[in-house]
Amino acid sequence: MTKEKTKNLIDIRDLSTKEIDDLIKVANDIILHKEAYAHKCDGKILATLFFEPSTRTRLSFESAMLRLGGKVLGFSEAASSSTAKGETLADTIETVSGYADIIAMRHPKEGAPMVAAKKSFIPIINAGDGGHNHPTQTLTDLLTISRKKGRLDNLTIGLCGDLKFGRTIHSLISAMVRYKNIKFILISPKELRLPEYITKEVLEKNKVEYIETDSMEEYMKELDILYMTRVQRERFFNEEDYLRLKDYYILDKKKLSTAKKDLCIMHPLPRVNEIATEVDDDDRATYFEQAYNGVYIRMALILKCLEGRE
Amino acid sequence: MNIDTIKDGYVIDHITPGNAIKIYRLLNLEKLDCQVALITNAKSKKMKTKDLIKIGQLIDINLDKIAYIDPKATVNIVKKDKIIEKKKLQLPEVLMNVCKCNNPRCITSTERNLDQIFNLTNKKDKVYRCHYCESTLEKDHFID
Ligand SMILES: [Zn+2]
Repeated sequence: MTKEKTKNLIDIRDLSTKEIDDLIKVANDIILHKEAYAHKCDGKILATLFFEPSTRTRLSFESAMLRLGGKVLGFSEAASSSTAKGETLADTIETVSGYADIIAMRHPKEGAPMVAAKKSFIPIINAGDGGHNHPTQTLTDLLTISRKKGRLDNLTIGLCGDLKFGRTIHSLISAMVRYKNIKFILISPKELRLPEYITKEVLEKNKVEYIETDSMEEYMKELDILYMTRVQRERFFNEEDYLRLKDYYILDKKKLSTAKKDLCIMHPLPRVNEIATEVDDDDRATYFEQAYNGVYIRMALILKCLEGRE
Repeated sequence: MNIDTIKDGYVIDHITPGNAIKIYRLLNLEKLDCQVALITNAKSKKMKTKDLIKIGQLIDINLDKIAYIDPKATVNIVKKDKIIEKKKLQLPEVLMNVCKCNNPRCITSTERNLDQIFNLTNKKDKVYRCHYCESTLEKDHFID
Protein backbone atom coordinates (compact mmCIF):
# COMPACT_ATOMS: atom_id res chain seq x y z
CA MET A 1 0.00 0.00 0.00
CA THR A 2 1.47 3.35 -0.97
CA LYS A 3 1.16 6.51 1.09
CA GLU A 4 -0.91 8.16 -1.62
CA LYS A 5 -3.67 5.59 -1.31
CA THR A 6 -3.80 5.73 2.48
CA LYS A 7 -7.15 6.99 3.73
CA ASN A 8 -6.58 9.68 6.36
CA LEU A 9 -8.93 12.07 8.08
CA ILE A 10 -7.13 15.33 8.75
CA ASP A 11 -9.85 17.90 8.14
CA ILE A 12 -13.63 17.49 7.90
CA ARG A 13 -13.49 19.30 4.54
CA ASP A 14 -11.59 16.29 3.13
CA LEU A 15 -14.83 14.29 3.21
CA SER A 16 -17.45 14.51 0.50
CA THR A 17 -21.11 14.80 1.45
CA LYS A 18 -21.57 11.21 0.27
CA GLU A 19 -18.73 10.00 2.48
CA ILE A 20 -20.26 11.77 5.49
CA ASP A 21 -23.66 10.25 4.71
CA ASP A 22 -22.09 6.79 4.44
CA LEU A 23 -20.28 7.15 7.77
CA ILE A 24 -23.54 8.21 9.44
CA LYS A 25 -25.32 5.22 7.88
CA VAL A 26 -22.70 2.78 9.12
CA ALA A 27 -22.72 4.37 12.61
CA ASN A 28 -26.50 4.03 12.78
CA ASP A 29 -26.23 0.42 11.72
CA ILE A 30 -23.58 -0.26 14.38
CA ILE A 31 -25.89 1.20 17.04
CA LEU A 32 -28.61 -1.24 15.93
CA HIS A 33 -26.41 -4.31 15.38
CA LYS A 34 -23.42 -4.04 17.70
CA GLU A 35 -22.68 -7.76 17.68
CA ALA A 36 -22.35 -7.79 13.90
CA TYR A 37 -19.34 -5.47 14.21
CA ALA A 38 -17.68 -7.03 17.24
CA HIS A 39 -15.01 -8.84 15.21
CA LYS A 40 -14.58 -6.55 12.22
CA CYS A 41 -11.12 -5.50 13.40
CA ASP A 42 -9.83 -8.74 14.90
CA GLY A 43 -6.05 -8.70 14.77
CA LYS A 44 -5.82 -4.97 14.05
CA ILE A 45 -4.08 -2.43 16.26
CA LEU A 46 -4.98 1.21 16.79
CA ALA A 47 -2.19 3.46 18.08
CA THR A 48 -3.48 6.41 20.10
CA LEU A 49 -0.68 8.98 20.00
CA PHE A 50 -1.72 11.76 22.35
CA PHE A 51 1.01 14.39 22.47
CA GLU A 52 -1.30 16.38 24.73
CA PRO A 53 -3.75 14.81 27.14
CA SER A 54 -7.41 14.44 26.27
CA THR A 55 -8.77 11.53 28.24
CA ARG A 56 -12.24 11.73 26.78
CA THR A 57 -11.23 11.66 23.12
CA ARG A 58 -8.62 8.98 23.75
CA LEU A 59 -11.07 6.72 25.57
CA SER A 60 -13.63 7.23 22.83
CA PHE A 61 -11.12 6.06 20.21
CA GLU A 62 -9.96 3.14 22.33
CA SER A 63 -13.52 2.07 23.08
CA ALA A 64 -14.30 2.25 19.35
CA MET A 65 -11.38 -0.02 18.44
CA LEU A 66 -12.05 -2.47 21.29
CA ARG A 67 -15.72 -2.72 20.30
CA LEU A 68 -14.58 -3.66 16.80
CA GLY A 69 -12.49 -6.49 18.22
CA GLY A 70 -9.15 -4.72 17.69
CA LYS A 71 -6.41 -3.84 20.15
CA VAL A 72 -4.93 -0.52 21.22
CA LEU A 73 -1.57 0.84 22.25
CA GLY A 74 -0.20 4.34 22.67
CA PHE A 75 0.68 7.16 25.03
CA SER A 76 -1.41 9.88 26.62
CA GLU A 77 0.99 12.80 26.93
CA ALA A 78 4.15 14.07 25.28
CA ALA A 79 6.23 13.56 28.45
CA SER A 80 5.92 9.79 28.09
CA SER A 81 6.74 9.81 24.38
CA SER A 82 10.06 10.11 22.61
CA THR A 83 9.17 13.71 21.70
CA ALA A 84 10.34 14.58 25.21
CA LYS A 85 13.79 13.35 24.13
CA GLY A 86 13.73 15.63 21.09
CA GLU A 87 12.53 13.24 18.42
CA THR A 88 10.73 14.87 15.51
CA LEU A 89 7.10 14.08 14.88
CA ALA A 90 8.06 12.73 11.46
CA ASP A 91 10.39 10.15 13.05
CA THR A 92 7.88 9.13 15.72
CA ILE A 93 5.24 8.52 13.07
CA GLU A 94 7.52 6.62 10.75
CA THR A 95 8.40 4.30 13.65
CA VAL A 96 4.86 3.79 14.91
CA SER A 97 3.72 3.05 11.36
CA GLY A 98 5.40 -0.31 11.86
CA TYR A 99 3.73 -1.03 15.20
CA ALA A 100 0.07 -0.53 14.35
CA ASP A 101 -2.51 -0.57 11.56
CA ILE A 102 -4.04 2.84 12.14
CA ILE A 103 -3.17 5.94 14.18
CA ALA A 104 -5.37 8.39 16.07
CA MET A 105 -3.23 11.40 16.88
CA ARG A 106 -3.77 14.38 19.15
CA HIS A 107 -1.14 17.10 18.95
CA PRO A 108 -0.91 20.60 20.45
CA LYS A 109 0.64 22.02 17.28
CA GLU A 110 -1.61 23.07 14.43
CA GLY A 111 -0.97 21.30 11.17
CA ALA A 112 0.82 18.39 12.88
CA PRO A 113 -1.46 15.74 11.30
CA MET A 114 -0.40 16.91 7.85
CA VAL A 115 3.22 16.28 8.73
CA ALA A 116 2.25 12.88 10.16
CA ALA A 117 0.21 11.87 7.12
CA LYS A 118 3.14 12.63 4.86
CA LYS A 119 5.36 10.20 6.78
CA SER A 120 2.90 7.48 7.64
CA PHE A 121 2.28 4.23 5.77
CA ILE A 122 -0.91 3.63 7.77
CA PRO A 123 -4.05 5.79 8.06
CA ILE A 124 -3.89 8.85 10.31
CA ILE A 125 -6.98 10.15 12.04
CA ASN A 126 -6.63 13.65 13.44
CA ALA A 127 -7.90 13.58 17.03
CA GLY A 128 -7.36 17.33 17.39
CA ASP A 129 -4.50 19.67 16.46
CA GLY A 130 -4.29 22.75 18.68
CA GLY A 131 -7.03 25.22 17.92
CA HIS A 132 -7.17 24.07 14.32
CA ASN A 133 -9.19 20.93 13.46
CA HIS A 134 -11.02 18.17 15.31
CA PRO A 135 -12.87 16.29 12.56
CA THR A 136 -14.09 13.34 14.63
CA GLN A 137 -15.84 15.75 16.99
CA THR A 138 -17.56 17.24 13.96
CA LEU A 139 -18.57 13.79 12.68
CA THR A 140 -19.96 13.08 16.14
CA ASP A 141 -21.96 16.30 15.97
CA LEU A 142 -23.28 15.49 12.51
CA LEU A 143 -24.35 12.00 13.60
CA THR A 144 -26.07 13.47 16.65
CA ILE A 145 -27.91 16.14 14.66
CA SER A 146 -28.98 13.64 12.03
CA ARG A 147 -30.24 11.16 14.66
CA LYS A 148 -32.14 13.81 16.62
CA LYS A 149 -33.53 15.80 13.71
CA GLY A 150 -33.66 13.21 10.95
CA ARG A 151 -31.92 15.66 8.62
CA LEU A 152 -28.83 17.82 8.19
CA ASP A 153 -30.52 20.54 6.11
CA ASN A 154 -33.18 23.16 6.95
CA LEU A 155 -31.85 23.97 10.40
CA THR A 156 -31.37 27.11 12.46
CA ILE A 157 -28.30 26.53 14.56
CA GLY A 158 -27.30 28.66 17.54
CA LEU A 159 -23.59 28.56 18.33
CA CYS A 160 -22.83 29.99 21.74
CA GLY A 161 -19.69 30.84 23.72
CA ASP A 162 -16.16 31.01 22.41
CA LEU A 163 -16.60 31.36 18.68
CA LYS A 164 -13.14 32.83 18.20
CA PHE A 165 -10.91 30.00 19.39
CA GLY A 166 -13.52 27.23 19.37
CA ARG A 167 -12.26 24.82 16.74
CA THR A 168 -15.31 22.61 17.28
CA ILE A 169 -17.42 25.52 16.13
CA HIS A 170 -15.20 26.32 13.15
CA SER A 171 -15.24 22.71 11.96
CA LEU A 172 -18.98 22.37 12.45
CA ILE A 173 -19.60 25.51 10.41
CA SER A 174 -17.37 24.37 7.56
CA ALA A 175 -19.12 21.00 7.55
CA MET A 176 -22.68 22.40 7.68
CA VAL A 177 -22.41 25.01 4.93
CA ARG A 178 -22.67 22.23 2.34
CA TYR A 179 -26.29 21.49 3.38
CA LYS A 180 -29.33 23.45 2.17
CA ASN A 181 -31.08 26.18 4.10
CA ILE A 182 -28.82 26.38 7.13
CA LYS A 183 -28.94 29.51 9.24
CA PHE A 184 -26.50 30.32 12.02
CA ILE A 185 -27.13 32.47 15.08
CA LEU A 186 -23.69 33.35 16.39
CA ILE A 187 -23.92 34.13 20.09
CA SER A 188 -20.75 35.41 21.74
CA PRO A 189 -19.23 38.33 23.61
CA LYS A 190 -17.63 40.87 21.30
CA GLU A 191 -14.12 39.62 22.13
CA LEU A 192 -14.91 36.02 21.18
CA ARG A 193 -16.71 36.54 17.90
CA LEU A 194 -16.23 34.25 14.96
CA PRO A 195 -13.02 35.24 13.09
CA GLU A 196 -13.62 37.34 10.01
CA TYR A 197 -11.97 34.81 7.74
CA ILE A 198 -14.76 32.36 8.59
CA THR A 199 -17.63 34.81 8.19
CA LYS A 200 -16.13 35.96 4.87
CA GLU A 201 -14.44 32.92 3.38
CA VAL A 202 -16.86 30.27 4.63
CA LEU A 203 -20.29 31.73 5.44
CA GLU A 204 -20.56 34.55 2.92
CA LYS A 205 -18.76 32.62 0.21
CA ASN A 206 -21.33 29.82 0.56
CA LYS A 207 -24.19 32.33 0.86
CA VAL A 208 -25.16 31.05 4.29
CA GLU A 209 -27.32 33.33 6.40
CA TYR A 210 -25.98 34.32 9.81
CA ILE A 211 -26.73 36.73 12.62
CA GLU A 212 -24.19 37.87 15.22
CA THR A 213 -25.51 38.73 18.65
CA ASP A 214 -24.31 38.78 22.25
CA SER A 215 -27.71 37.82 23.60
CA MET A 216 -28.51 34.21 24.32
CA GLU A 217 -32.24 34.87 24.74
CA GLU A 218 -32.90 37.03 21.68
CA TYR A 219 -33.18 34.26 19.09
CA MET A 220 -33.83 31.31 21.42
CA LYS A 221 -37.31 30.65 20.07
CA GLU A 222 -36.03 30.22 16.49
CA LEU A 223 -33.40 27.62 17.24
CA ASP A 224 -33.50 23.95 16.20
CA ILE A 225 -30.08 23.38 17.70
CA LEU A 226 -28.21 25.20 20.45
CA TYR A 227 -24.55 24.30 20.50
CA MET A 228 -22.82 25.46 23.68
CA THR A 229 -19.05 25.64 24.07
CA ARG A 230 -16.67 26.10 26.92
CA VAL A 231 -14.29 29.03 27.10
CA GLN A 232 -10.90 27.32 27.30
CA ARG A 233 -8.17 28.69 29.50
CA GLU A 234 -5.38 27.34 27.30
CA ARG A 235 -6.52 29.43 24.32
CA PHE A 236 -5.86 32.67 26.19
CA PHE A 237 -2.51 34.35 26.61
CA ASN A 238 -3.91 36.47 29.40
CA GLU A 239 -5.53 35.11 32.57
CA GLU A 240 -7.62 38.26 33.18
CA ASP A 241 -9.42 37.94 29.86
CA TYR A 242 -10.15 34.30 30.58
CA LEU A 243 -11.65 35.01 34.00
CA ARG A 244 -13.77 37.82 32.63
CA LEU A 245 -15.24 35.76 29.79
CA LYS A 246 -15.49 32.22 31.12
CA ASP A 247 -18.95 32.55 32.69
CA TYR A 248 -20.42 34.98 30.17
CA TYR A 249 -23.19 32.52 29.21
CA ILE A 250 -24.87 30.03 31.46
CA LEU A 251 -27.76 28.08 30.02
CA ASP A 252 -30.45 27.31 32.60
CA LYS A 253 -34.12 26.32 32.65
CA LYS A 254 -35.31 29.91 32.69
CA LYS A 255 -33.44 30.79 29.49
CA LEU A 256 -34.95 27.74 27.81
CA SER A 257 -38.52 28.85 28.54
CA THR A 258 -39.04 30.31 25.05
CA ALA A 259 -37.20 27.52 23.20
CA LYS A 260 -38.81 25.03 20.83
CA LYS A 261 -40.07 21.76 22.33
CA ASP A 262 -37.73 19.81 20.06
CA LEU A 263 -34.66 21.99 20.50
CA CYS A 264 -31.51 19.93 20.61
CA ILE A 265 -28.94 21.19 23.15
CA MET A 266 -25.42 20.10 22.33
CA HIS A 267 -22.00 20.51 23.93
CA PRO A 268 -18.68 18.82 23.05
CA LEU A 269 -17.98 18.21 26.78
CA PRO A 270 -16.37 18.55 29.22
CA ARG A 271 -18.50 21.45 30.40
CA VAL A 272 -17.58 23.82 33.18
CA ASN A 273 -20.41 26.22 34.12
CA GLU A 274 -21.94 27.01 30.76
CA ILE A 275 -24.85 24.57 31.15
CA ALA A 276 -26.50 24.43 34.58
CA THR A 277 -26.88 20.84 35.80
CA GLU A 278 -30.63 21.44 36.15
CA VAL A 279 -30.79 21.31 32.35
CA ASP A 280 -29.48 17.71 32.30
CA ASP A 281 -32.96 16.32 33.09
CA ASP A 282 -34.56 18.25 30.24
CA ASP A 283 -35.43 16.01 27.27
CA ARG A 284 -33.77 18.54 25.03
CA ALA A 285 -30.34 17.98 26.60
CA THR A 286 -28.44 15.93 24.04
CA TYR A 287 -24.82 16.27 25.17
CA PHE A 288 -24.38 12.90 26.88
CA GLU A 289 -25.97 11.11 23.95
CA GLN A 290 -23.58 13.10 21.76
CA ALA A 291 -20.64 11.64 23.70
CA TYR A 292 -21.96 8.08 23.23
CA ASN A 293 -22.43 8.74 19.53
CA GLY A 294 -18.74 9.64 19.33
CA VAL A 295 -17.75 6.03 19.83
CA TYR A 296 -20.00 4.76 17.02
CA ILE A 297 -18.95 7.32 14.44
CA ARG A 298 -15.30 6.57 15.31
CA MET A 299 -16.03 2.87 14.77
CA ALA A 300 -17.47 3.69 11.36
CA LEU A 301 -14.45 5.86 10.57
CA ILE A 302 -11.90 3.23 11.62
CA LEU A 303 -13.69 0.72 9.38
CA LYS A 304 -13.65 3.15 6.47
CA CYS A 305 -9.95 3.94 6.89
CA LEU A 306 -8.98 0.27 7.16
CA GLU A 307 -11.15 -0.79 4.25
CA GLY A 308 -9.20 -2.61 1.56
CA ARG A 309 -6.00 -2.85 3.62
CA GLU A 310 -4.40 -6.20 4.43
CA MET B 1 23.65 59.94 -11.71
CA ASN B 2 25.78 57.51 -13.60
CA ILE B 3 25.38 53.82 -13.17
CA ASP B 4 27.26 51.44 -15.42
CA THR B 5 25.18 49.32 -17.70
CA ILE B 6 25.58 45.66 -17.05
CA LYS B 7 27.08 43.10 -19.34
CA ASP B 8 25.55 39.93 -17.89
CA GLY B 9 22.90 39.98 -15.21
CA TYR B 10 19.46 41.27 -14.40
CA VAL B 11 17.55 44.49 -14.47
CA ILE B 12 14.52 44.32 -12.23
CA ASP B 13 12.34 47.10 -13.54
CA HIS B 14 9.01 48.77 -12.78
CA ILE B 15 9.27 48.12 -9.07
CA THR B 16 6.72 50.07 -7.06
CA PRO B 17 8.61 52.81 -5.17
CA GLY B 18 9.69 51.53 -1.77
CA ASN B 19 9.75 47.86 -2.75
CA ALA B 20 13.29 47.69 -4.13
CA ILE B 21 14.87 47.61 -0.70
CA LYS B 22 12.55 44.72 0.30
CA ILE B 23 13.48 42.75 -2.79
CA TYR B 24 17.16 43.55 -2.16
CA ARG B 25 16.92 42.11 1.33
CA LEU B 26 14.80 39.10 0.39
CA LEU B 27 17.20 38.10 -2.38
CA ASN B 28 20.17 38.63 -0.03
CA LEU B 29 21.82 40.84 -2.62
CA GLU B 30 24.14 42.34 -0.02
CA LYS B 31 25.96 38.99 0.01
CA LEU B 32 26.96 39.17 -3.67
CA ASP B 33 30.46 40.13 -4.79
CA CYS B 34 29.32 41.61 -8.08
CA GLN B 35 28.02 45.07 -8.75
CA VAL B 36 24.50 45.72 -7.55
CA ALA B 37 22.67 49.00 -8.07
CA LEU B 38 19.56 49.92 -6.20
CA ILE B 39 17.79 52.94 -7.59
CA THR B 40 14.77 54.44 -5.94
CA ASN B 41 12.28 56.98 -7.22
CA ALA B 42 13.56 56.96 -10.78
CA LYS B 43 11.41 58.77 -13.35
CA SER B 44 9.15 56.46 -15.32
CA LYS B 45 6.86 57.07 -18.25
CA LYS B 46 4.55 54.31 -17.17
CA MET B 47 4.49 54.81 -13.42
CA LYS B 48 5.59 58.38 -12.65
CA THR B 49 8.28 57.03 -10.34
CA LYS B 50 9.67 53.56 -9.93
CA ASP B 51 12.43 51.62 -8.27
CA LEU B 52 15.04 49.59 -10.14
CA ILE B 53 17.62 46.99 -9.24
CA LYS B 54 20.56 46.07 -11.43
CA ILE B 55 22.55 42.94 -10.70
CA GLY B 56 25.85 42.45 -12.52
CA GLN B 57 25.89 38.65 -12.52
CA LEU B 58 23.56 35.87 -13.65
CA ILE B 59 22.90 34.46 -10.20
CA ASP B 60 20.11 31.99 -9.43
CA ILE B 61 17.07 34.09 -8.72
CA ASN B 62 13.85 32.92 -7.08
CA LEU B 63 11.31 34.84 -9.16
CA ASP B 64 8.55 33.93 -6.71
CA LYS B 65 10.24 36.06 -4.09
CA ILE B 66 10.17 39.09 -6.36
CA ALA B 67 6.63 38.33 -7.50
CA TYR B 68 5.44 37.99 -3.93
CA ILE B 69 6.73 41.44 -3.04
CA ASP B 70 5.82 43.13 -6.28
CA PRO B 71 3.94 41.21 -8.97
CA LYS B 72 4.02 44.35 -11.16
CA ALA B 73 7.80 44.28 -11.47
CA THR B 74 9.48 42.94 -14.63
CA VAL B 75 12.71 41.01 -14.69
CA ASN B 76 15.00 41.56 -17.66
CA ILE B 77 17.73 39.05 -18.27
CA VAL B 78 20.83 40.59 -19.80
CA LYS B 79 23.49 38.65 -21.69
CA LYS B 80 26.38 40.24 -23.52
CA ASP B 81 24.91 43.74 -23.11
CA LYS B 82 21.56 42.72 -24.55
CA ILE B 83 18.22 42.04 -22.94
CA ILE B 84 17.53 38.48 -24.06
CA GLU B 85 14.36 37.91 -22.05
CA LYS B 86 11.72 39.99 -20.28
CA LYS B 87 9.89 38.07 -17.58
CA LYS B 88 6.47 39.26 -16.53
CA LEU B 89 5.61 38.20 -13.02
CA GLN B 90 2.43 37.15 -11.33
CA LEU B 91 1.50 36.45 -7.76
CA PRO B 92 2.74 32.91 -7.02
CA GLU B 93 0.14 30.28 -6.08
CA VAL B 94 2.57 28.69 -3.63
CA LEU B 95 5.37 30.30 -1.65
CA MET B 96 8.01 27.72 -0.87
CA ASN B 97 10.51 28.66 1.83
CA VAL B 98 10.08 32.38 1.29
CA CYS B 99 8.19 33.38 4.41
CA LYS B 100 7.74 31.76 7.77
CA CYS B 101 4.60 31.16 9.77
CA ASN B 102 4.09 33.54 12.64
CA ASN B 103 1.64 31.34 14.58
CA PRO B 104 3.35 30.11 17.77
CA ARG B 105 0.99 27.12 17.79
CA CYS B 106 1.98 26.04 14.26
CA ILE B 107 3.85 22.74 13.82
CA THR B 108 6.48 24.64 11.79
CA SER B 109 7.50 26.42 15.03
CA THR B 110 8.85 23.17 16.54
CA GLU B 111 9.29 20.45 13.93
CA ARG B 112 12.72 20.44 12.29
CA ASN B 113 13.34 20.05 8.55
CA LEU B 114 9.91 21.25 7.46
CA ASP B 115 9.44 23.32 4.33
CA GLN B 116 7.67 26.60 4.98
CA ILE B 117 4.76 26.52 2.55
CA PHE B 118 2.09 29.15 1.99
CA ASN B 119 -0.83 28.88 -0.43
CA LEU B 120 -2.53 31.80 -2.11
CA THR B 121 -6.15 31.58 -0.96
CA ASN B 122 -7.43 34.97 -2.06
CA LYS B 123 -5.83 36.49 -5.11
CA LYS B 124 -7.72 39.76 -5.00
CA ASP B 125 -6.64 40.64 -1.47
CA LYS B 126 -3.28 38.82 -1.72
CA VAL B 127 -4.04 36.47 1.17
CA TYR B 128 -1.63 33.62 1.76
CA ARG B 129 -2.32 30.89 4.31
CA CYS B 130 0.08 28.52 5.99
CA HIS B 131 -0.16 25.07 4.42
CA TYR B 132 -0.12 23.50 7.89
CA CYS B 133 -2.09 25.69 10.31
CA GLU B 134 -3.95 27.92 7.80
CA SER B 135 -2.93 31.13 9.58
CA THR B 136 -2.72 34.12 7.31
CA LEU B 137 0.75 35.22 6.37
CA GLU B 138 1.58 38.43 8.12
CA LYS B 139 3.15 40.96 5.86
CA ASP B 140 6.77 40.39 5.00
CA HIS B 141 7.53 37.74 7.57
CA PHE B 142 10.54 36.51 5.66
CA ILE B 143 12.89 33.68 6.31
CA ASP B 144 16.32 35.13 7.18
ZN1 LIG C 1 1.51 27.77 10.25
